[in-house]
Amino acid sequence: MTKIELTVDGAAVSDDVEPRMLLVQYLREKLGKTGTVIGCDTSNCGACTVHLDGTSVKSCNVLAVQANGRTVTTIEGLADTAEGDLHPVQEAFRECHGLQCGFCTPGMIMQAVDLLAENPTPTEEEVRLGMEGNLCRCTGYHNIVKSVLQASGQTEGAQA
Amino acid sequence: MIPAHFDYLAPTSVEEALAALGEHGDDAKIIAGGQSLLPVLRMRLNAPEVVIDLGGISSLRGIRDDGDAIVIGAMTTHHAVRDHDLVTEHALLLSKAAAEVADAQIRHRGTFGGALAHADPAGDLGAPALALDAQFVIAGPGGTRTVEAADFFVDLFETAIGDDEILTEVRVPKHTGWGAHYEKFVRVAHQWPIVAVAATVRGSIDEAKVGLTNMGSTPLRASATEQALAGASATEEGVRAAADLAAEGTNPPSDLNGASDYRQHLARVLTGRAVLKAAGS
Ligand SMILES: Cc1cc2nc3c(=O)[nH]c(=O)nc-3n(C[C@H](O)[C@H](O)[C@H](O)COP(=O)(O)OP(=O)(O)OC[C@H]3O[C@@H](n4cnc5c(N)ncnc54)[C@H](O)[C@@H]3O)c2cc1C
Ligand code: FES
Ligand code: FES
Repeated sequence: MTKIELTVDGAAVSDDVEPRMLLVQYLREKLGKTGTVIGCDTSNCGACTVHLDGTSVKSCNVLAVQANGRTVTTIEGLADTAEGDLHPVQEAFRECHGLQCGFCTPGMIMQAVDLLAENPTPTEEEVRLGMEGNLCRCTGYHNIVKSVLQASGQTEGAQA
Repeated sequence: MIPAHFDYLAPTSVEEALAALGEHGDDAKIIAGGQSLLPVLRMRLNAPEVVIDLGGISSLRGIRDDGDAIVIGAMTTHHAVRDHDLVTEHALLLSKAAAEVADAQIRHRGTFGGALAHADPAGDLGAPALALDAQFVIAGPGGTRTVEAADFFVDLFETAIGDDEILTEVRVPKHTGWGAHYEKFVRVAHQWPIVAVAATVRGSIDEAKVGLTNMGSTPLRASATEQALAGASATEEGVRAAADLAAEGTNPPSDLNGASDYRQHLARVLTGRAVLKAAGS
């Protein structure tokens, strides 16, 4: 066992974990944060995307011990849920029908937030490229792209 | 799936990491960004008893100016390489190639040194490093040695790094003002290329350097193309004859993504595109 101390969604946590434990397992199984989901075995799908020290990572491809001393934000900590608010990107996904079954949505939203932090007014093509590590089996991506453009304040999207 | 049990060590200096490698030998595996190693461990294709994490060694991270070269620490992420001013100014080809590696999430974790040490023939950074005549600085129990790019890549997933050694940094000779382009041909957006071509040119065209990805068990230089490009004009006609030489002497693999002769065809076509884009036309 290895002792880890980190901040998850604003709260300080510490635990003894097996070194082989993946960050996504730690979040789901130890902390009960099942908002972050596992969609594949190959680190391809992006469903497990969270922020580690402010940038997006696939939490199935990070060891919990590698997050020691760092700050993790999951979909559950994105908005001030105590106030019942949604994050603007969550709001945009709801308004633009950016989801169908919703399985990919936590990862999509976390990646979209990262993308918009780096590039606040992306073109449609930049959104598609920036989200290339997130797969969706339902929507055909169209409304996901629309949601991200809407969240950026460009309802129609900038011209590529 | 999750990895098999292992012990975890988090050294804070290269010396400590080397000592741990020396002690555990074949049973140990280094983890850098983990973006190639963790999938391997999760699929149980490898099960080291000890994993040594380089993440806590701050001296391995960052990019510095060293006169006629820039020096990239092994633990610098793909994301940082892509955006760093020293890279865009003096080794633009690396910035272009780093931007094409995997996806944003993986570029935030995966490291320059990890990708080169992994030596996947389909990896996107080997051919640019080879084309730019990079030098690899390797630390071991007996001290530090420097290996030329041409000697670094030995075979599929095999480099000049010994079992008891660590890649600490990569020196990239400055190619200030050279145009560059990385032309990657993929079937799936965020995946490894079927074939890719790394091209960087001085003037239009005084001198050109061209590297090939996934055209053999290691990255390759398209030497015949490079010679033919010296003094060529940066037009479709001007580069065609040179690009047609790109597959000379190569023996690329056949797999589900493409047969060997198809890869050779791709190398010729992509070389033409890469060189023209690198020359800004
Ligand atoms: C879904 C997915 C898509 C990807 N797509 C691409 C792609 O399109 N193009 C591409 O190029 N790559 C791709 N990758 C791989 C990615 O680029 C990895 O970041 C990179 O190959 C390994 O870097 P790392 O720092 O994560 O190394 P790790 O996974 O930590 O290590 C890789 C290997 O190198 C060894 N090693 C690492 N650092 C050192 C060192 N300093 N000294 C000695 N040995 C060392 C390790 O022991 C291990 O064997 C992809 C990965 C995934 C999961
Ligand atoms: S579960 Fe992490 S990428 Fe699919
Ligand atoms: S909404 Fe079902 S996977 Fe994306």
